[in-house]
Amino acid sequence: MKLNNIKLIAIALLVSFSAYNCSNDDDNGPTGPTGPNFTGTFTQQDQMGRPAINTVFVDMADKNSFNTTVPSDQNAAFQTKFEAKLLALNPGYTTNALGFDAPTFTGALATDVLTVSLNGTTTFFDGTNVLTGRALADDVISTELLLIFGGPDGSENPGLTDDNVDGNDKPFLTSFPYLATPH
Amino acid sequence: MKKSKILIGAAVLTIAGFFAIAADHIDAPAVAGGTSDITDIYGFQGQNTDNIVFVANLQGLLSPASTAGASFDENVLLEFNIDNDGDAIEDLVIQAIPRDGKMYFFGPTAPSQSGLNSTILADTAMRNEVDITSYGANAIVETNNGMSFFAGPRDDPFFMDFARYGEIIAGNETMFNDPGSDTFAGTNVLSVVVEVPKAMVGTGDSVNIWVESKRKQ
Repeated sequence: MKLNNIKLIAIALLVSFSAYNCSNDDDNGPTGPTGPNFTGTFTQQDQMGRPAINTVFVDMADKNSFNTTVPSDQNAAFQTKFEAKLLALNPGYTTNALGFDAPTFTGALATDVLTVSLNGTTTFFDGTNVLTGRALADDVISTELLLIFGGPDGSENPGLTDDNVDGNDKPFLTSFPYLATPH
Repeated sequence: MKKSKILIGAAVLTIAGFFAIAADHIDAPAVAGGTSDITDIYGFQGQNTDNIVFVANLQGLLSPASTAGASFDENVLLEFNIDNDGDAIEDLVIQAIPRDGKMYFFGPTAPSQSGLNSTILADTAMRNEVDITSYGANAIVETNNGMSFFAGPRDDPFFMDFARYGEIIAGNETMFNDPGSDTFAGTNVLSVVVEVPKAMVGTGDSVNIWVESKRKQ
């Protein structure tokens, strides 16, 4: 019975697929035979907002699922796990330079979107502005290390708050497309 | 002696490469090393301060020798998601999909549905296209209606002593080196860069963005 169901579903899928292709032949719009084919359904594999969030805060077993959880559902699914990971990385964590305790900090990170200002400086952190974007030259890893390990005034765990790589190996361009030519 | 040092260096690089999952490079088993692996995204004000720039990089850790052979996958849709009302649900998308040497862009436009599945909004959205720049060629830029587009290989702008970070996490080291060593130096990525007028993405003080890669079913 179960096997029959699977067979029926498979046949139904095949029929719908070929039927879809047939109807596509009649399409004279921009997706039709005269231009590139843009038809089909595309299903999510990877996503990213802030740098290194999946890498640092998500356990190996959850990495695929973090990539396929929509951001509006990520806090409910991952905040508790992020908090456990933060306290595993830094058992002495109390608050950080933003004044965030562990639940607040991980609550802010679990929804993995990058906030980008539309009315001023756009930077991950430039000494004054915090999380208003991500520019190419921003030392995002040292910022994250400082917030994870540095404590309330940034002075704790001094060997862990900066990876001492402060810039890219090629200068960026001042105009579009901004990124440096390939090596 | 020298040769063994080089060999050790090569082994370290190989190991670092394999485990280099920093930023978002090779972040999860389902995408690691594949054509849908997002390595980094960026969002910043343009040279024209009325504009905002979005960057998505794919397929990290390309050596110079392997860059010419790397290409965008025609089955992978790249989607810039823009939330302009603070609920972390996309209000607008900019879709990018390669076809026969060109990168096609649709949007910014409201998606037909939010979430994990997308169709390309080819019949309704504003369409732009740019020739994909080949390795070693000058950047080809298409500008239209105040929007600019680029797709092709670039230097990986990400920098970090990821190898040392891995050693610290593994418990083999207790602190970073000073100076550190950039694990991503000398490597390339495939980049998609879009610059649009700010007015096209939102009217508030800020937007939330994220980038998704979606594979054709």
